[in-house]
Amino acid sequence: MTTILTYSFKNLPSTSKWALRFSLRPLSCSSQLRAAPAVQTKSKKTLAKPNIRNIVVVDGVRTPFLLSGTSYKDLMPHDLARAALTGLLHRTNVPKEVVDYIIFGTVIQEVKTSNVAREAALGAGFSDKTPAHTVTMACISANQAMTTGVGLLTSGQCDVIVAGGVELMSDVPIRHSRKMRKMMLDLNKAKTLGQRLSLLSKFRLNFLSPELPAVAEFSTSETMGHSADRLAAAFAVSRLEQDEYALRSHSLAKKAQDEGLLSDVVPFSVPGKDTITKDNGIRPSSLEQMAKLKPAFIKPYGTVTAANSSFLTDGASAMLIMAEEKALAMGYKPKAYLRDFMYVSQDPKDQLLLGPTYATPKVLEKAGLTMNDIDAFEFHEAFSGQILANFKAMDSDWFAQNHMGRKTK
Amino acid sequence: MVASRAIGSLSRFPVLRILRSRGYICRSFTGSSALLARSHINYGVKGDVAVVRINSPNSKVNTLTKELHLEFVEVMNEIWASDQIRSAVLISSKPGCFVAGADINMLAACKTPQEVVQISQEAQRTFEKLEKSTKPVVAAISGSCLGGGLELAISCQYRIATKDRKTVLGTPEVLLGLLPGAGGTQRLPKMVGVPAAFDMILTGRNIRADRAKKMGLVDQLVEPLGPGLKPAEERTIEYLEEVAVSFAKGLADKTISPKRDKGLMEKLTAYALTIPFVRQQIYKKVEEKVRKQTKGLYPAPLKIIDVVKTGIEQGTDAGYLSESQKFGELAMTKESKALMGLYHGQVLCKKNKFGVPQKEVKNLAILGAGLMGAGIAQVSVDKGLKTILKDATLPGLGRGQQQVFKGLNDKVKKKALTSFERDAIFSNLTGQLDYQGFEKADMVIEAVFEDLSLKHRVLKEVEAVIPDHCVFASNTSALPISEIAAVSKRPEKVIGMHYFSPVDKMQLLEIITTQKTSKDTTASAVAIGLKQGKVIIVVKDGPGFYTTRCLAPMMSEVIRILQEEVDPKKLDSLTTSFGFPVGAATLVDEVGVDVAKHVAEDLGKAFGERFGGGSLELLTQMVSKGFLGRKSGKGFYIYQEGVKSKNLNSDMDSILASLKMPPKSEVSSDEDIQYRLVTRFVNEAVMCLQEGILATPAEGDIGAVFGLGFPPCLGGWSCRLGRSSPVLELCCCLLQQSPVSPLRAFPLRGSLWCSEGCGPAQEVRGCLWKSVHPVPAAH
Repeated sequence: MTTILTYSFKNLPSTSKWALRFSLRPLSCSSQLRAAPAVQTKSKKTLAKPNIRNIVVVDGVRTPFLLSGTSYKDLMPHDLARAALTGLLHRTNVPKEVVDYIIFGTVIQEVKTSNVAREAALGAGFSDKTPAHTVTMACISANQAMTTGVGLLTSGQCDVIVAGGVELMSDVPIRHSRKMRKMMLDLNKAKTLGQRLSLLSKFRLNFLSPELPAVAEFSTSETMGHSADRLAAAFAVSRLEQDEYALRSHSLAKKAQDEGLLSDVVPFSVPGKDTITKDNGIRPSSLEQMAKLKPAFIKPYGTVTAANSSFLTDGASAMLIMAEEKALAMGYKPKAYLRDFMYVSQDPKDQLLLGPTYATPKVLEKAGLTMNDIDAFEFHEAFSGQILANFKAMDSDWFAQNHMGRKTK
Repeated sequence: MVASRAIGSLSRFPVLRILRSRGYICRSFTGSSALLARSHINYGVKGDVAVVRINSPNSKVNTLTKELHLEFVEVMNEIWASDQIRSAVLISSKPGCFVAGADINMLAACKTPQEVVQISQEAQRTFEKLEKSTKPVVAAISGSCLGGGLELAISCQYRIATKDRKTVLGTPEVLLGLLPGAGGTQRLPKMVGVPAAFDMILTGRNIRADRAKKMGLVDQLVEPLGPGLKPAEERTIEYLEEVAVSFAKGLADKTISPKRDKGLMEKLTAYALTIPFVRQQIYKKVEEKVRKQTKGLYPAPLKIIDVVKTGIEQGTDAGYLSESQKFGELAMTKESKALMGLYHGQVLCKKNKFGVPQKEVKNLAILGAGLMGAGIAQVSVDKGLKTILKDATLPGLGRGQQQVFKGLNDKVKKKALTSFERDAIFSNLTGQLDYQGFEKADMVIEAVFEDLSLKHRVLKEVEAVIPDHCVFASNTSALPISEIAAVSKRPEKVIGMHYFSPVDKMQLLEIITTQKTSKDTTASAVAIGLKQGKVIIVVKDGPGFYTTRCLAPMMSEVIRILQEEVDPKKLDSLTTSFGFPVGAATLVDEVGVDVAKHVAEDLGKAFGERFGGGSLELLTQMVSKGFLGRKSGKGFYIYQEGVKSKNLNSDMDSILASLKMPPKSEVSSDEDIQYRLVTRFVNEAVMCLQEGILATPAEGDIGAVFGLGFPPCLGGWSCRLGRSSPVLELCCCLLQQSPVSPLRAFPLRGSLWCSEGCGPAQEVRGCLWKSVHPVPAAH
């Protein structure tokens, strides 16, 4: 995942595959890992790079994030993305015509709107002259949208970018089987009744079995929860540790919600239903309750449960990023600088979820920072067992030396 | 790897010490003091769970020996006697091996069936006690769990296995001519059902952990872990132990039931098997199948059926008795000894006697994308070697690439690979028509057509582009390597690597060294062969090397027998019933008639009349008519895509008729024909040994069995491990009496490898050779 260095800014959540937890120190999902440290102690001057434009976040918004299968279940992804875009327009009052480019990240693509960025932008009333594209990189797709925007800005291609992310896990594209699709396509091409009949005669009942989108890594056929459970076991993270950490995340999120700190949320009015104003997945429980749950992936003895994982989420987000001089010229007071980022990837089988461990030291070194310079780290990951495993890995000289090619942790 | 293991054992050590000291307290109550003397098994106590660790000293694998058995009994007695312990976990300290089986040497050392029966009965008693243990015992299986190891595991109340490639369960005893002699024949049918148990015990196949779970052979699986704060392998075993301990606790507390939920099919099968008639039918079917496949050459499978049947029909006590008795009988059979000899030989041929090569081969190039070239490519890419496959033409190259893909894809179909792994492996292969990238090759294996001038041309072309250290290996079945190397600028880097077709199935690799081949070149070739998973014999150069040279006179006899109007089908059945896996006529078709002709001509020239007997004209005519064997669709048989049953090629009749020779009735009985074939093979094999082509008789046996399908039940043709070879004895007798000069070359009367007595064989086949091959006039 990307590690994005920002200057005192509140996390702009991105949607991701398995939904996220947002809030101040949220767990959200990332697949290929990354971490988002926020920097406060150094002045922005020391982090600015010579001959490279400063990139700023003007503002960002998101729809409330809901458990899949709840209020958003009848919508389509571009509905949510459109809501995030209109929310952003409303919040920032940015004139539509100054937006040079729009990028969205998404994981599971709705086939009807495969370039969901464009469909949402048109619906939100952006100029039909504003190009838009959609990127995908598993859980980190929305961050990929942002950093793609950063690239366009630093290279001088654009001055104003809207980047966002959307995921609607309530509805995923379930397809006909390959055999059925082939028959249907061939039928299209068949010219005579005879040809059609002969094609139809090849129909077998098993053609009707549907094909579900893979929730597993293609390369390893392993689902992320399964991988997280193994990772937790590899680092000997106990069930109790995981439950405690999850409880902490939920409690902090609840606190932030109650204190009204989640100012990035814009209400969403579901057509024909209520207006949604709050995330519905923040549910602090008790350790006793959490201990009762059965493992969700490695049964019957695993440690990853529904309570210590992120939920499957529906939601969308969008943010406005600009070149600093443009933002200042337009009279904005930027919320954050986007200073640096780092993508890493590892063995998809055994280190799929170890991205933060690899990315964090690299991005700090790249930016010339040390741990002491950072007041708050924010990691978006889907499983508490996973982030705890990452902490243990980052804390281990052995791991640094044997797997990361570093002298020390 | 070694280092990480060492670290692993160090880090575990303190834990053990603590556990031991705790154990000491409890021992002082039970009054035992033997613990410190134990070298194979240790145990510690975690809470109220005893963790028993098996670790045979000085070995990569755990084997069930008498010492281990004794220590196990001691440990279990302590556990049963201890009030503190409520359950136990049985685990190996060795990564990659739970228990690999009983110690073969222990069985081989037994002189009488009674000794073996006794070993079996002791194990039966121990395992029965374990099975009836009131304290639940969980077997935590990581790595191979075979033979006696599996029997140990299935005697436990619960089994947890690591779901990785190294973890396999099985009863390979039948492959050594034995049966599972420690209760396996009695427990397996109850555990996995009679049909599945028969399949396991009769085929000896390895069962992967996930399959074992489905069959009910193991109760839980543990996923292998990646690296954490320790190496992956070490942490995985630790994790397995943690999980096993939690299950052992659960079993002792009765929160977990050792009973397994059976599926509907399983329940139905189980019900059907309560009907005696159904059981009888199953026994009958299995027996028929076994008789058909073993052709009565292997006694073990029939005895296995008998023992399983006894257990089911007459109860466990009768079953145990029958199992141990039959186990004892089988251990004394010549078939079992032959198979064990082969096992040892195979182990020997899986080692690199030539040391570690100076430069590890990482980039391999193969010339010629034919059947052999592509086959070699397939077994190389799937071991992670970057491989260039070069051919002269695009269609040839395309065909070769398809062959590699198909080979890999077949593994996907069998679920041995995922489609993703297949694609990743396939991308190790680069197909090309030029010599691009050869400057990085560490080894080039040429598999172009068997034509000396072509091989010379290729060698010169390759030497112009490869780096100095690159080894040039020639995959030829008959052309002498020294002749190929004659045009080389660096003959010390030239070597022969004779693969067998189909390369991905045949285990043997015959490596041929010339006088000039350097030791490092040999080491490099052996290393790559081992990496490709081959069993390797290293032989000296000469026409036909070892394998082809032995096959040629036998083939000559095949032709002769066909000329005597023996039907190819009959000939095939005679050869297979002697123990060859493929009939002689079919073999010619498989090898290719043109290849056979080529070889026969070459070797005929080199060795003269000793290779005579049959008329080459037969092959010549077949080639001219395009009957090249399987590859052209017609040979002695007709081959059609998708048709399994083979029909004789009726067009052969006229050819055979024109070359007809009158059979001599005194040497044309079925048995005569079998021995006519085998003696010619063995004669040449012994010549190879005498001339130093073969370094050891063991390699001769391995080459014969794994490369040419010499009957495994005979264990090869030579005498090894201090035992005499019945085949050699017989052949020796036959040939000593032969007045035919070329055959008189048979050299070994009274020498090292031949036992002196000729025994009854002498009477059996008197003067076979005299009558069938009259003395050539010239002599």
